[in-house]
Amino acid sequence: MSTTKPVNQKAWWLVLPVVICVAFSAVLPLMTVVNYSLQDIISPERRVFVGTEWFVAAMRDEELHGALWRQLTFSLAVLAVEIPLGIMLALSMPAKGWKASAVLVVVSLSLLIPWNVVGTIWQIYGRADIGLLGAMLQKMGFDYSYTGNATHAWITVLTMDVWHWTPLVALLCYAGLRSIPDAYYQAASIDGASRFAVFRYIQLPKMRGVLMIAVLLRFMDSFMIYTEPFVLTGGGPGNATTFLSEYLTQKAVGQFDVGPAAAFSLIYFLIILLLCFILYNWMQRVGTASKEGAGHE
Amino acid sequence: MNENRFRMRTLFLIAYIVFALLPIYWMVNMSFKTNEEILSSFSFFPQHFTWHNYRTIFTDASWYSGYINSLIIVAINMTISITVALPAAYAFSRYSFLGDKHLFFWLLTNRMTPPAVFLLPFFQLYTTLGLMDTHIAVALAHLVFNVPLAVWILEGFMSGIPREIDETAYIDGYSFPRFFLTIFLPLIKAGVGVTAFFCFMFSWVELLLARTLTSVDAKPIVATMTRTVSASGMDWATLAAAGVLTILPGAVVIWFVRHYIAKGFAMGRV
Amino acid sequence: MFDWMVWTTPVAVFFTSIALMLAGMTVWEIKSPTILRKGFLPIATTRGDRLFIGLLGAAYINLAFVGLAGKFAAWFQLEQEPSVWISFAISMVVLVLVMRKG
Repeated sequence: MSTTKPVNQKAWWLVLPVVICVAFSAVLPLMTVVNYSLQDIISPERRVFVGTEWFVAAMRDEELHGALWRQLTFSLAVLAVEIPLGIMLALSMPAKGWKASAVLVVVSLSLLIPWNVVGTIWQIYGRADIGLLGAMLQKMGFDYSYTGNATHAWITVLTMDVWHWTPLVALLCYAGLRSIPDAYYQAASIDGASRFAVFRYIQLPKMRGVLMIAVLLRFMDSFMIYTEPFVLTGGGPGNATTFLSEYLTQKAVGQFDVGPAAAFSLIYFLIILLLCFILYNWMQRVGTASKEGAGHE
Repeated sequence: MNENRFRMRTLFLIAYIVFALLPIYWMVNMSFKTNEEILSSFSFFPQHFTWHNYRTIFTDASWYSGYINSLIIVAINMTISITVALPAAYAFSRYSFLGDKHLFFWLLTNRMTPPAVFLLPFFQLYTTLGLMDTHIAVALAHLVFNVPLAVWILEGFMSGIPREIDETAYIDGYSFPRFFLTIFLPLIKAGVGVTAFFCFMFSWVELLLARTLTSVDAKPIVATMTRTVSASGMDWATLAAAGVLTILPGAVVIWFVRHYIAKGFAMGRV
Repeated sequence: MFDWMVWTTPVAVFFTSIALMLAGMTVWEIKSPTILRKGFLPIATTRGDRLFIGLLGAAYINLAFVGLAGKFAAWFQLEQEPSVWISFAISMVVLVLVMRKG
């Protein structure tokens, strides 16, 4: 947001509907969660104030630590695979012509598939008896089973996420690449710059902004992943793919432990709030940096 | 050397596309087989091509009502989201006002908060209001992430329209509503389209809230599909067909907004 | 109507004070608009940003304290776990520090 915009407090009236809407569906629930987190709710009529007990329990809950740890490892693995792959993909996508549009549509296809269907697709695809991937791995001599083996399940969920979201990274990088004027490349080729030099000194700096956004978006989104692993593995085998959202849902809906679930929700919310703050400040910075070179598609 | 590099890139691209398309193809393939064929033989093409699975979905009320419910929920949600987001996005893109940045940040946090956090209160809230198992409940619950998203995308598109246009219109004596509806809205048509698309997407695929807030009458297709998953004796063929049908609306919409989709994603606002 | 929210007094007090704080910040902002400045925090902040960072930091301190209270009791051979009021006091000090110097 640039500073040249005229100050007009009446703009609040335009924002009011959104504020009311979101307050109804976010602030009221949040207040309720805070209420829940301090009480032991046996039934709507019988509830006891327990103070910080649930927070203490949540902070010392080994299972929660396990879920948080798995979540972090998973999110980092997602970044480690998707970011380089996305960059490579963006670099290899054609720049113009019908081929560019065709590739663009094909690549973005997986982004537009409903998340539960992503789970279903991989559920089918990975089965050793009926799925192509599972059957091929079996043929190659792996005793592959995402329902029985924890490591396999984890890798399958990761592969699924890579399949699902790498295109987002690629599209962002692609947009960054397209904003580089041809003159840069011409100058580089006159200088006889190597392929790597072009990447390192022309393309990478131009992609830096979008790349940061990609990293943070992927981190945040993988941090709240729920639907796909739920459909694919249901959090199992054991708890190998029980990530934070899954664990929270199990507690809240499965066991109906309202108090502990609420305390956990708040802790989760605080983590998200911190990540969001970092993301927002990054975007602001990237936004103001790229506005000077605005006008590109 | 140039030639070589070109080939390497193309090879990589083709490899990726195969990786991307094969799982989808496999599901489409399965949706045309019978359950017996799926379990007994293994082939790249259906040996006994059948429309049976699709017929099941279109004739069995427990399946097709899922699609109808989903469409109703998405339509309500999309209408509300875009209606409230338009003026707000205009305010954010044109004026600065007290607390605008903090407000924007607050909206962003709602987009990023996992729905699981709000699950229990939503359940209580809609039970109290007597809205459980209705379309409106799910549509309202989905506002929590779609409204911020809509504001965000629209703000991006609106900021691309020069402010001089507004000023000229006001000098010419246009009132704000008239200017907004007759001049400004047509200018950001594409933005509204992309926003609608993303609202559609995220509401269409959301599973957790939709599953918790509905039981029978308003059960959307995503929830119906998980029910089949947990049923005894997997009905893989019908599941695959349902999956294909769930992709289709998105595929149709993407065709209309294909020129803007990259831009929508590229704003980093999804 | 608000029964489903199962209100308790401490939470009501908490949210009232948040609301008052927001109102107070608004009045303060109108009386003397804030300027973007750079303190010990890595980014340039306004008053509102510092309040947010301070509150978030306070929340994290309290949580960490609650999580480690058992360990503290063992380390310092306390008879019972230290009261959360200690961490509350620490977090308020941090909040003030961030507001003034951040």
